[in-house]
Amino acid sequence: MNIGLLGQYVINGMMLGMMYALVAVGFSLFFGVLDVIQFSHGDVVTGGAFAGLAVYLAVSRMIESPLLLLAAALIGAAASMAVLGALIGRGLVLPLRSAPALNTLLLTLMVGTVLREGIRLFFPNGSQPQRFPALLGARALGIGSFTLRLDNVLLLGMGTLLIAGMHLLIARTRLGLAIRAVAQDEETARTSGIPFNRVVLLTFAIGSVLAAFAGVMHGLYYNEINFGMGLLLGAIGFSAAVIGGLGNLYGAILGGFLFAGLQTVGAVALPLPSAYRDVFAFGVVILLMTWRPTGLIGERASERV
Amino acid sequence: MSMQSRSARWIAIAALGVGAFARPSSAKDTVKIAFIGPLTGGNSAVGIGGRNSADLAVKLRNADPHLRYRYELIVLDDECKPDTGVQVATKAAADKSIVAGVTHYCSVVAVATVDTFHKLGLPTVVWGAVLPDITYGHKFPEIHRVNGTMINQNDTATSFMFDQGYRKWAVIHDTTDYGKGHNKYFSEDVKKLGGQISGTFGVTADQQDFTAELTQIKSQRPQALYFGGLTPIGVRIRQQMDKLGIDAQFQGTSGILSDDFIKGLGTLAEGSLAFREGAPIEKLPGGKFFAEKYAEQKYGGAPEAYGPFAFAAADLLIATVEKVGPDRKKIIAELAKVKDKDSIVGKITFDDHGQNTVAVITKYVVQDGKWVPWEDSEYANGRRKLKGK
Repeated sequence: MNIGLLGQYVINGMMLGMMYALVAVGFSLFFGVLDVIQFSHGDVVTGGAFAGLAVYLAVSRMIESPLLLLAAALIGAAASMAVLGALIGRGLVLPLRSAPALNTLLLTLMVGTVLREGIRLFFPNGSQPQRFPALLGARALGIGSFTLRLDNVLLLGMGTLLIAGMHLLIARTRLGLAIRAVAQDEETARTSGIPFNRVVLLTFAIGSVLAAFAGVMHGLYYNEINFGMGLLLGAIGFSAAVIGGLGNLYGAILGGFLFAGLQTVGAVALPLPSAYRDVFAFGVVILLMTWRPTGLIGERASERV
Repeated sequence: MSMQSRSARWIAIAALGVGAFARPSSAKDTVKIAFIGPLTGGNSAVGIGGRNSADLAVKLRNADPHLRYRYELIVLDDECKPDTGVQVATKAAADKSIVAGVTHYCSVVAVATVDTFHKLGLPTVVWGAVLPDITYGHKFPEIHRVNGTMINQNDTATSFMFDQGYRKWAVIHDTTDYGKGHNKYFSEDVKKLGGQISGTFGVTADQQDFTAELTQIKSQRPQALYFGGLTPIGVRIRQQMDKLGIDAQFQGTSGILSDDFIKGLGTLAEGSLAFREGAPIEKLPGGKFFAEKYAEQKYGGAPEAYGPFAFAAADLLIATVEKVGPDRKKIIAELAKVKDKDSIVGKITFDDHGQNTVAVITKYVVQDGKWVPWEDSEYANGRRKLKGK
């Protein structure tokens, strides 16, 4: 295998990893603050992508500049998913706090189905793949078998900035402090005057904004979105969060990139048909989990979120 | 019609039920032929188009005063479901007054009812289902098919591509029966003609990311990428080919021949190739005749893609009964001899599996956001060029 080919695999894998990491961070955030698994998170990603596309279609008649269109699509997707995330938190997750965790899990699973089917039925021609505009241009640099596209670089940069921003938010701001406090110990946080419900809802909104970005990123990268894309993304994001150590942000990021790496290896380096790549990747995840049940960066580091 | 002959006909019909014993010379015997297709559910438009077309064949024949028999079409709904299909197939085959059947559009149903028709000895002609196993999965003399299969489709596709100068392919197929079947027949054909397949990739039918497979394909530098599968992942693969800068010709199967493929890709769809059994009605040898007669009857709904095949199947069965009489065994023996028989869909020749070997396959190319039959396209007359030409 030559260097160009290897470089191509690395770039492909990093793009996948970035999307998985953004989704996984959401799972970890929700688990961190509330000990719940928000199983409709994958479909929130789909929702974000379709909201972005809808905003694009609506404003593309008025605006021409791709940069402004991109900003509009991103803001539209982020805002609508923030509201949706907070609504799911407020209406479905918080009221079920004292119920068994299984109920929340089932409920969010069903919300995911409703979201998915809603998009399929109500988005025009929603059961078919939709074309997502290439707002970042199609400029590419080709060196032998290696093609570096400008949009890939921009997307990777955008993802890195988002993750860095997340880190700063959690580590440096008052809101981040409140989130960490709630994650550590709800009772103590409440008695120290932290508005518990508000912090939880904000966390849901933040996690969903990340999902919305992942969705738009998916659209920009593949130029195609479909109603079912969140299903596997959700499963992968959740697995990534778990191998990283549920509740740990950095673990989620590590898990996302690890999973993408496993998929690429599964498709390229194994003497199996590439249809088995997910079987391989999930198989390794299962092995990792039996080896480290609390994840790679689990409770050992103890500080959640 | 006199009272006498009318009552004679009733006697004749009644006699058919218990076994004919007297044949009044003034009225013809009625011969029943079954039509089975999906008349309700998602595929009902095609099913109803097929039924109307078979009905048209019967009506046109009955209008001929020189026929020995009068024909009646017994219409049954298989709902495109295997279990319902087997029920109605049993109903038709167990009814001794029915001598033959024009059967099934859905492959899953057609392959499920093969055993039923064989056990109960009803000669059938499939009018729409394309899975090869329906005729090639057994050696039952009862089963025939007028339309082509994915085998014919790939024969046509491969020789066409060879004519265009392509010799080296990479193959991506989904791992359903549809995708695997296409991969199998296409690869065999390429080998037969001395071409090369640089790599074969089986992918899941809902896979999103193909960059790993496509990166490998890029390093193999094929002239064309053959894709056996359906529209959704076809769109993704074509899209990601572009992302990775793969400049190979995209060649699909009947599974991507939809408007959604073009909608999903926009201008990137331009020049994509696909092949399908059958042909647009106006391209068929008897297409004009069929379309005119069909319009005269004012049926609700169009004949759809497979209507002409249902017509041809019903017409072939009627011609056979006229020749050998309403006897299932004789009909089966006669159908085995069908060779170069003219029909509105072209010549019909059944091989030893009852498969029409000269089935019509049409080549399509995307031109300006539409699937255009190859011969009518600007690619055929050289004004536009396929990739790598």
